[in-house]
Amino acid sequence: MLNVGKIEEGFVLDHIKAGKSLSIYHHLQLDKLDCTVAIIKNARSNKMGKKDILKVECDINMLDLDVLAFIDHNITVNVIKDGEIVDKKELVLPKEIKNVIKCKNPRCITSIEQELPHIFVLADEEKEIYRCKYCEEKYRERL
Amino acid sequence: MRHLMNPLDFTVQELDQLFDLAVDIEKNMDKYAHACAGKKLATCFYEPSTRTRLSFESAMLNLGGSVIGFSDAGSSSASKGESVSDTIRVISCFADICAMRHPKEGAPMVAASRSSIPVINAGDGGHQHPTQTLTDLLTIRSLKGRLSNFTIGLCGDLKFGRTVHSLINALVRYEGIKFIFISPEELKVPDYITDMLKEKNIPYEEVIRLESIMPQLDFLYMTRVQRERFFNEEDYVRLKDFYILDKAKMELAKKDMLVLHPLPRVNEISVEVDDDPRAAYFKQVQYGVYVRMALILTLLNIKVY
Repeated sequence: MLNVGKIEEGFVLDHIKAGKSLSIYHHLQLDKLDCTVAIIKNARSNKMGKKDILKVECDINMLDLDVLAFIDHNITVNVIKDGEIVDKKELVLPKEIKNVIKCKNPRCITSIEQELPHIFVLADEEKEIYRCKYCEEKYRERL
Repeated sequence: MRHLMNPLDFTVQELDQLFDLAVDIEKNMDKYAHACAGKKLATCFYEPSTRTRLSFESAMLNLGGSVIGFSDAGSSSASKGESVSDTIRVISCFADICAMRHPKEGAPMVAASRSSIPVINAGDGGHQHPTQTLTDLLTIRSLKGRLSNFTIGLCGDLKFGRTVHSLINALVRYEGIKFIFISPEELKVPDYITDMLKEKNIPYEEVIRLESIMPQLDFLYMTRVQRERFFNEEDYVRLKDFYILDKAKMELAKKDMLVLHPLPRVNEISVEVDDDPRAAYFKQVQYGVYVRMALILTLLNIKVY
């Protein structure tokens, strides 16, 4: 069994679907932060069988929970301070996400005007459907 | 400041007010002849659409205003690479209101977000064409006296036809509407529309033959099978003549059924139908001018007493 030490301040992102941790690492732009990150892949889980875990030692205001919620709102977010869990954040699907995914509709205005932000709006909360703010094209793939 | 991007931007009550104004305009054109004196409409058409552009221009001229603009991207700064955001900022200095058509979906919305004048979406790719929907609704309301309790047949290209999708979305807000979709298998109405109708418990039927359902209809909305929506010429040629409305089919219809069409037609309505009193598609064009006049007044917040 692999042991990864405690962190003093930051986040433990638990119950990530096995294999998804690297995608989350990139979308949270953790590669751009100068902090300690532990990526644990395929950890044993009673609930999920296998899961990924991310441990991030950083200021607790630095994490974009909207991006995380968009990727998978079932992830458990443990907030760590002084080495202890002080909060568990509940992720809710964001109403709008900006520059996380790109509209792939070749007829969309974003296809020719590069400086426009790619904005997707939550169109159906139950079915978790996001649509491009400009052309209303449905976003089909999950990250 | 208000813009019009989507026919659903207006509530049912706001649409009623808009249509009341359009009806008053129809009856009292003289009263509105100088309502927009000194105001300018910019028609920014990044792709050609003579009919819609002329309807907007006619509407503004009827209101005593003036018109500036361009009718294809080649004669605008877009050909030099100017963004829609920059163009609308410039146009905002020249005009009081703008009608924009653009081949890219969402372009008028980008313009509206940067504009200091009201922007009307005059068609953005295959996405929205709200003033066509307003025209269709005003035509139905004026000719039948109501926007509820009728059966409407929509025929032809129901897959790619944005006017059809917009009209369905607008009509579901009224009571007692039944839809009958008449199209070949390849051009059926998209699933997201039938899913929405099921969810709202709105009755609909999908059929492939026009004749069988003619006697049920209060309205028949015909559409053109558009060449540019097909990936290959062979499919277009095979499907374009599938549903042609002619005199024989009209004999199966109710005496007061009305035929609508967003125009231009190719051959889906035989010219022999034009003289039938139930052919309402040219009246529909006239209602398009009235509703655009009402829209310009509403967005410019001009009241005429």
